[in-house]
Amino acid sequence: MELWYSLLSILPFDWAQPGQMYFMKHALLAVLVITPLFGILSTMVVHSRMSFFSDALGHSAFTGMAIGALCGFNQPTWAAVSFAIVFALLFNLVRRRTALASDTVIGVFSSTAVALGIFLSTLNGRSFTKFNSLLIGDVLSVDPAMIGVLALILLMVVILWAVSFNQLMLSAVHPALADSRGIKVFWQETIFSVAIAVVVTLSMTWVGLLVINSLLVLPAAAARNIARSMWQYHLISLVGAVAAGIAGLMTSYYMGPSAGASITLYLAVWFALTFLLRKK
Amino acid sequence: MRKIKHGKLAAGCADACCLKLDGLSVNLEGDQILEDVSFHLHCGEIAALIGPNGAGKSTLFRSILGQTSYKGTITFSPAGGPAIRLADGAVVGGSRPLVGYVPQSPSFDRGDPVSVLDFFTAATAKWPVWLPVPQKYRERAAASLRRVHGEDLLDRAMGALSGGQLQRVLLALALEPVPHILILDEPLSGVDIEGEHQLLEMLDELRTQYDLSIFLSTHDFATLGSFADKVILLNRRVLKAGTPDEVLASPEFYETFHLRMGRGGER
Repeated sequence: MELWYSLLSILPFDWAQPGQMYFMKHALLAVLVITPLFGILSTMVVHSRMSFFSDALGHSAFTGMAIGALCGFNQPTWAAVSFAIVFALLFNLVRRRTALASDTVIGVFSSTAVALGIFLSTLNGRSFTKFNSLLIGDVLSVDPAMIGVLALILLMVVILWAVSFNQLMLSAVHPALADSRGIKVFWQETIFSVAIAVVVTLSMTWVGLLVINSLLVLPAAAARNIARSMWQYHLISLVGAVAAGIAGLMTSYYMGPSAGASITLYLAVWFALTFLLRKK
Repeated sequence: MRKIKHGKLAAGCADACCLKLDGLSVNLEGDQILEDVSFHLHCGEIAALIGPNGAGKSTLFRSILGQTSYKGTITFSPAGGPAIRLADGAVVGGSRPLVGYVPQSPSFDRGDPVSVLDFFTAATAKWPVWLPVPQKYRERAAASLRRVHGEDLLDRAMGALSGGQLQRVLLALALEPVPHILILDEPLSGVDIEGEHQLLEMLDELRTQYDLSIFLSTHDFATLGSFADKVILLNRRVLKAGTPDEVLASPEFYETFHLRMGRGGER
């Protein structure tokens, strides 16, 4: 962290000066780790039409938090991660075994998870308000240990992308064609949805449940407007996510609104810009 | 258009290179999709599978591709090699023969940021295509596309290709590596006359060049005689198999398609 602090002291901002405002320095580093994560995952969420699924995962993560809190864990986050993984696995299994359309299956899972979460968190007449912070999120409260965990996850996602992106893409384009080329489509989809589950759950506390899905949809949606190849698609999605992340955090610092919401709004502007420049 | 006839092998597989289906049955959740399907397909031969919608054509292909479970056996005898027997997922006597597959209608949106080069590299190489594709893979993809006269398509978006161009790209992919058996699901639908002519000519070149078995499904009966060595009429069971002339003149063909038409049904 010392290296990061001294790196920042080069910047001409008042919060970047040595010996103060550590929460802001941590938040900036967290944003620089979280936004690439979303920028990368976003490409396949949009490509394989899973934006509704990632939205449902956000809801299940909240339920996991409620279960964790109910069981008296100090760190309900890990309970939430486990719950989200179970949710993702169960969803993949049911989707494979049923003739129902995938958005219907997601609807079933999503509503069940939300209802269970509200049920558990309000059991015995308890107040829901302590979960309000989850809905909005607060990146300024992130601590260095958590940034380390997120950085580790980012590394794992990059490795996953290096090893199995091709298979994942073909599975999304045409499962039968992918299978004929020896790709285990079910496992590709499962690993990918578990990756989304972990990322969504771990970043929910900092970004906010209400806007987290926009981070999984907007970067790639904007990139699709102008990209012509997979490389451009990833580059534009990644750059857009990181730039919006930094701009959003600064807006949050100087003007006071939630960082998650600011980042999302910058991404929405980015989408509008690329829409105007879109390929014909 | 047709050049070789493997007439001398017509009696059976014997020692020749051949794909043999024996008593193939598929039952999916209580529905009997295929029942006791048996036939031979020699290398270098083009066979057309015809039948009404829901006849089990795609399921038959899926069985050969090993994507569905079935009863009965599928045997592949490579030229000069020992027979490889595939029975419900298990492979006996060698490794699974390579089956090239050209699917019916892959879903590409117009806006999909997947270039032909991305698609090709993703399917044939380990290089992750979210990074810029190096020259080496570019040349490799171009060489594959040259086989189907499509090297100029390399930088086009998959979603912007015409039906015929997409077929050619998928065909080039199915030939990488060159398979023992090539399966094409409805390759002629959504392709204009010019594209159809081009595709059939290409298939004819391929089977002479690589001596592979080509197995395709089609609804286009008018052109059958010009390219198919063998036609298999399927409706859950094999109703009739033989040369295009034999099948098209058979009462089974008439019954399967014309009587339905008389009742105001399809086709």
